[in-house]
Amino acid sequence: MVRVLINVPKKAHRGEVIEIKVLISHPMESGQRRNEMGQPIPRDIIHSFRCTYNNQVVLEAELFPAVAANPFLSFFAVAEDTGTIVFAFTDDHGTEQVERAAIVIE
Amino acid sequence: MKRRGFLIVAGSLVPAIWAPARATPAEVAQAIKSVIGSTVPKPGRLKLDVPVLVENGNAVALSASIDALPGEVRAIHVFAEGNPLPRIGSFRFGPATGRPRIATRIRLATSQTVIAIAEMTDGTCYSDSVDLLVTLAACLE
Amino acid sequence: MMRVAACALMAAMGVPVAPISAQAAPPPRSGYTDASPATRAMQDDDSVNPAFLWVQQGETLWSTARDGGTSCAGCHGAPASMQGVAARYPAFDAARGRPVTLAQRIELCRTEHQGEERLDQDSETLLSLTALLGLQSRGMPVSVQQDGPMQPFHDEGARLYATQFGQLNLSCHQCHDELAGQTLAGSLIPQGHANGYPLYRLEWQSLGSLYRRIRNCLTGVRATPFAPDAPELIAIEIYLAGRGRGLVVETPAVRP
Repeated sequence: MVRVLINVPKKAHRGEVIEIKVLISHPMESGQRRNEMGQPIPRDIIHSFRCTYNNQVVLEAELFPAVAANPFLSFFAVAEDTGTIVFAFTDDHGTEQVERAAIVIE
Repeated sequence: MKRRGFLIVAGSLVPAIWAPARATPAEVAQAIKSVIGSTVPKPGRLKLDVPVLVENGNAVALSASIDALPGEVRAIHVFAEGNPLPRIGSFRFGPATGRPRIATRIRLATSQTVIAIAEMTDGTCYSDSVDLLVTLAACLE
Repeated sequence: MMRVAACALMAAMGVPVAPISAQAAPPPRSGYTDASPATRAMQDDDSVNPAFLWVQQGETLWSTARDGGTSCAGCHGAPASMQGVAARYPAFDAARGRPVTLAQRIELCRTEHQGEERLDQDSETLLSLTALLGLQSRGMPVSVQQDGPMQPFHDEGARLYATQFGQLNLSCHQCHDELAGQTLAGSLIPQGHANGYPLYRLEWQSLGSLYRRIRNCLTGVRATPFAPDAPELIAIEIYLAGRGRGLVVETPAVRP
């Protein structure tokens, strides 16, 4: 489990466009670097990220080693119904992590 | 000034200046083709925002947005023509997307051109690019 | 010879070499002011600043007790109760007869009151907790005591700040006062203030301490860095706080 900071408004009006910001604690080791012994450091990145809002896709991202360490993503959803925004991402070890944020429509 | 003295000093305070691995133009073209096929992107509508003078290539704020309704845009793809690997990210939108805009932070190995391509649902593509300068850092760990 | 070479380097890089003389110190200028708009924007928005990943971890650690013991919150309450503390540190510890840093104070709490094991200064745990506490003082003036029992440590810090180190034979003063505002390679030489630590450095791709930064500087001038907890580092930290009088705490800052 890595640390994740999710920024989503707790409340919104129906039809409102909301910004979602995500920070994930991850080295995003590019696979391009070498250690002090000159040996390549194996690639270890989060390569896919998916955000859904009540099971509807908001964003699906395919990420490469050129994404900075501690990746940051900002994107927009349209608020329709009270429910859950789900964030799922997978790293090079095949580990998937899922985070959730609740949103209430007024 | 003694040349040897200068070299000793220059070598200590500033890390060795190395030429980072860089994708060839053919590799860049191939990477773009692998994502959007043979469609030729048109200029306009898409706006790529990256600073033209980059203080540190480890984390460069980037945003891309297109003047269109969310339902009209399938994805935004971003490429770095001067990185060892040209692809940076592909961002696909869905039915709950509120605005066809993304922002992230990227790594840039050197001064280069960053390219964004928006892929529309009707199959057309738009592109925008930014030529930027990455300054050389001193006193590294 | 090395000093000549260092000056030659700077001259070669287009940096005017000022003669060493007593000059009126310019007002302190935070590294924030000299950072690029993009770097400043990262610091300005807490939801964008990656250092908040450590702050979040600090909040978890603050409220977590080990094996039925007492958590930080158990004694101190909410982190907000620590407002102003980080701005005062390093502070003089009368019982020990010497100043302790914020990280050392946290360590003393952890080892003496919470039965925890000693940690490295740059451990994720200490970075997270110091970031959390630093944040509680954000915007408050740095107010580290410089006189009274702190005077000898301040003076030692001032002496070290002016001491030329390493094969390049450069002092902190030579770069961060005389040449501040000039560039070395493509990078601006900042005044070298300590008001944003621990901070997220893009070069490190991580949060890091002031002492990590000073180690970088010493390695840069080809000197042997001080040990992680060396009294020299504490003296320099105290002196830097006094030198930056007028600046406010920016923790957790973002720097290139």
